[in-house]
Amino acid sequence: MDNSRQLIQYVLSGLSNGAIYALIGFGFAIIYNATGIINFAQGEFVMLGGMLTLFFLVFLNFPLVPSIVLAILISTAVGIAFERLAIRPLKNANPLSLVIITIGASILIRGIAMLVWGKDTHALPAFSGNEPLHIAGATIMPQHLWIFSITVLIIAANKLFFNYSIIGKAMRACAYNSQAASLVGINVKTMVLLSFVISSAIGSMAGIIIAPLTMTSYDVGIMLGLKGFCAVIIGGMSSGLGTVMGGLLLGLLESLGAGYISASYKDAIAFIILLLILFIRPEGLFAKKETERV
Amino acid sequence: MTKEKREILIFLIFTLAVLITPLFLRGSYYLNVLVFIGINTMLAIALNLLLGYAGQISLGHAAFFGLGAYISGILTTRFSFDPWLAMIISALMSGGLAFIIGFPILKLKGHYLAMATLGFGIIMFIIFNETVALTGGPSGLSGIPNIHINSLVFDNDLNNYYLIWVITLMVMLLSINLSQSRIGRALRAIHDSEVAARVMGVNARVLKVQIFAVSALISAVAGSLYAHTMTFISPASFGFNFSIELVTMVIIGGLGSIYGSFLGAAILTVLPEFLRVLQDFDIVVYGLMLILMTMFMPGGLISGLRLIGEAIGSRIKRKSVSNA
Repeated sequence: MDNSRQLIQYVLSGLSNGAIYALIGFGFAIIYNATGIINFAQGEFVMLGGMLTLFFLVFLNFPLVPSIVLAILISTAVGIAFERLAIRPLKNANPLSLVIITIGASILIRGIAMLVWGKDTHALPAFSGNEPLHIAGATIMPQHLWIFSITVLIIAANKLFFNYSIIGKAMRACAYNSQAASLVGINVKTMVLLSFVISSAIGSMAGIIIAPLTMTSYDVGIMLGLKGFCAVIIGGMSSGLGTVMGGLLLGLLESLGAGYISASYKDAIAFIILLLILFIRPEGLFAKKETERV
Repeated sequence: MTKEKREILIFLIFTLAVLITPLFLRGSYYLNVLVFIGINTMLAIALNLLLGYAGQISLGHAAFFGLGAYISGILTTRFSFDPWLAMIISALMSGGLAFIIGFPILKLKGHYLAMATLGFGIIMFIIFNETVALTGGPSGLSGIPNIHINSLVFDNDLNNYYLIWVITLMVMLLSINLSQSRIGRALRAIHDSEVAARVMGVNARVLKVQIFAVSALISAVAGSLYAHTMTFISPASFGFNFSIELVTMVIIGGLGSIYGSFLGAAILTVLPEFLRVLQDFDIVVYGLMLILMTMFMPGGLISGLRLIGEAIGSRIKRKSVSNA
């Protein structure tokens, strides 16, 4: 009895972490598909989401919903500023320089966050209390339910947006072939900007919903960002559903590994899984194999 | 003057400058900074062989630096090996490890390669932290003995300076040789197009792994030297941030340029020293400089300097023409 209850706990916390990794991975994939850039500053949007909400909610005593909305708006503004100031001026730079620029941006954002909010770790209060719910023998925190439902909502909204709205289709066209897209009248620059808007908004939302469970501080963005990146690599860059599966798989295996093998090697387990998957199926578990053209 | 002769001349001038620099310095602080520049130069050159020549990114090179430092430190403190022997063993073990993991890792390309090397770096960092019985864990490993040749002990800044820089110069010479050799040309061919290189008969797969191993070996030597000159090491020096710093050194200096790597290493070593007066602001300025330098000098400082030199040269020429 105790064993199976424990297992359920590991699975639950693994899946909720996995949902967060999937959301962060989404952010990576959206920017990558629009620009071909791996945005190493993605984790900082996650940090900004959590820290800004905390700032409005706890320090300025705003109600929860306005705090969240403001946090997302400000994170998105940072995303826009980043695209306009650092990415757009060098559209044709080599990929390595772009990687360094996003790393520079992530250091910069993290540094400013540290100056503004200090180095302390804070807990964001859970959205609807800490009273655990008992469902079928397992205890579940209300925050877990928030994480699952918001993740599902965001993923569904994404699916609808990219498959059925005209702007979403235009963004996919840019990802497929940006020159051809601009020939049929799509404003590629706007689409790139939009990709930064969407991914910084999703990233900050992920940071907000996970903050009550894992605490938040100016430097949580690095590890969360890297795990999100893992999720997207495991799932395959071009596959939305793959990213979700990748994130959930990563969170699950990580949590089970931490529970049954060793908690201090929790982060190592995530990256060992990543390496194994890369060695066996470099194109990701859920992506179709593509032949490379020379 | 032929290209080879010019290369030799530049190297001799650089060597001379390195050898006489301590004569002009007072105080151990500057020597100490120069020792760090030497170690970082070795690391940047090692990474440059991989990144600049073969075009293969590694976001986990701090792991090899750490591996060299820890193997050397553990062998000397816990098993009382001679530091030189420990250095050789640590270099061979790190190179060997790189050779083994190189085959699956270097099959990957682009961001997959970046992610795999990054993952490797983080795994090693966690191992440094968690194997407390061997490494001392987060609080570090202390009491690592200094290197000595008979009665000459490298325990002061001046001796360390010469120790580090003689080996750095050897690494530079090796890299210059390598880049001008058949192997260097083959690596550049892989950088431009791996498929084309293969068609021309370059064994790209093995060559990439070999250069990865050489790069890891040099990094481990730097790590071992670091351990023996500092006499104390802790995992914090070998994390993800340092891997990124190394990539930054190579890119800011200029991809594929040995002296560029030296410049990059020198700037990134000295910069935090200057920024220290800003206290907590330093990380903000550091991030900003990283962005601005990459934006406005995409070819690295070496090519930036060359452009400035050419601009001055053409202005002088124009002036002399208009005067005539």
